[in-house]
Amino acid sequence: MIVDRRWRVTLRSFALGYLALLLLIPVGMVFYRTFEHGAMAVFDSVTTPAAISAFWLTITVTLIAVPLNTIFGVLCALALARGRFRGKALLDATIDLPFAVSPVVIGLALVLVYGRGGWLDGLPFQVIFAVPGIVLATIFVSVPFVVREVTPVLREIGDDQEQAASTLGANRWQTFWRITLPAIRWGVAYGIILSVARCIGEFGAVSVVSGRISGETETLTLLVEERFQNFDVAGAYAASALLAIIALGTLLAMTRINPRRDDE
Amino acid sequence: MTTAALTLRRPAGRPGVLGLGISTLWLSLIVLLPLAAVVVRSTEGGWDAFWNVVTSRQSVAALRFTVEVSLLCTLVNAASGTLIAWVLVRDRFRGKAFVNALIDLPFALPTIVAGLTLLALYGPTSPVGINVAFTQAAVLMALLFVTLPFVIRSVQPVLIELDKEMEEAALSLGASNRTVFARVILPNLVPAILSGAALAFARAVGEFGSIVLLSGNIPFKTQVASVFIFKQVESDNPIGAASIAVVLLGISLLVLFAIRALGRWGARHDR
Repeated sequence: MIVDRRWRVTLRSFALGYLALLLLIPVGMVFYRTFEHGAMAVFDSVTTPAAISAFWLTITVTLIAVPLNTIFGVLCALALARGRFRGKALLDATIDLPFAVSPVVIGLALVLVYGRGGWLDGLPFQVIFAVPGIVLATIFVSVPFVVREVTPVLREIGDDQEQAASTLGANRWQTFWRITLPAIRWGVAYGIILSVARCIGEFGAVSVVSGRISGETETLTLLVEERFQNFDVAGAYAASALLAIIALGTLLAMTRINPRRDDE
Repeated sequence: MTTAALTLRRPAGRPGVLGLGISTLWLSLIVLLPLAAVVVRSTEGGWDAFWNVVTSRQSVAALRFTVEVSLLCTLVNAASGTLIAWVLVRDRFRGKAFVNALIDLPFALPTIVAGLTLLALYGPTSPVGINVAFTQAAVLMALLFVTLPFVIRSVQPVLIELDKEMEEAALSLGASNRTVFARVILPNLVPAILSGAALAFARAVGEFGSIVLLSGNIPFKTQVASVFIFKQVESDNPIGAASIAVVLLGISLLVLFAIRALGRWGARHDR
């Protein structure tokens, strides 16, 4: 299709205008609103005890959820790409469930299992309205990312090298560490980045199970909402800006690491 | 001899039973058990109670608005997403790499921040005097924000791979631009547009974080299913919430199956 200049500029203006109105200007606006009273006010607002505790809770939960999901993700991707077993299609479909289920339903589901009168009520430690619930919710929402990034890479590289290694006497463990893992490392890295972004930003599922005890079970995203509802708009913007900066960092990492790039 | 050769050719690095077992166990504990609880416990109060909750006026209104606004959002995405993908692939302008990276922002940005972001520009304190807070338009806007990347990211690679010779052949045979678009380009993009749109729809139906601040949760007007479920849990009615959640879950699963069917159809279409 040969599009003349006039049409091309029209289409381009429409596309860029749409993106500007929906994405760029609103996000810019948050930064403007955040810093309009000076950087010191922002600094004070993100270093209150509640904010610091929320920050560390978010980091802790992410540091538990992401490694677990990474190990699961690589194992599951290997099973999907290399294994042959009954029910493979079912396993494949189940992995996508967290993408299709509303975050609120995920939170509700955990309440129905671990909450008062739930299936597993009476565990020796509290799950709902406590940190374990937040961890479970976060793991749930970030289950698919590593699997979904690593499986296509594994399919693409095939298993010739793995077979060669095993023919030459390498055991499974050696083959995995020396052949498979180096070949899929960018896929794994990309999956981890997506998981981290999702874990830090998760709101819906966490807000159902957290109970929002300030300083104890309040994550950064919950802090944003709490401050906004309590008319501390400047504080909500400051916490949002912090989250937005993390998101921008993620974005930068995403453009740097392309899972299917032909490297070296 | 043959057996020996076969044993040797067994792919190493295969996860074996252990890996598969761990994967299945993890998925069952983390994902399947809780979801099963939603389905099973939704009828804890009996079928009548379930049916009453699901068919109550407020539930029907919330579910209906959710599906309608998600469909509208999906349609807008199908059109604007295809257009943006086309501009990103075929057009050349300064700052294209930046715009391309920007597309993923809604995936990276926490949904609650997305909601706050839109509220900052289009809310009561809007510097441009547009206030759509607590209207149905606000819900649509929030959904458009969070679902923006799906269609673009699904169409873009297909458009890059698309053989330009096909278009040139059509043009040299006297086809007009419009014919080339409708007969050559669009048919090639349809599977990608559909699968992107289905993903966007699935996401829109369950969206919560970006809507919760913007919608105002006005029953029969701006109340979406996810926020309704949330309020039910908050007012200590988890079984009622589960009933509505089952319906929402059903819609999500239907869409998930549709995506898979589309994927297979698209793969067959390729050959």
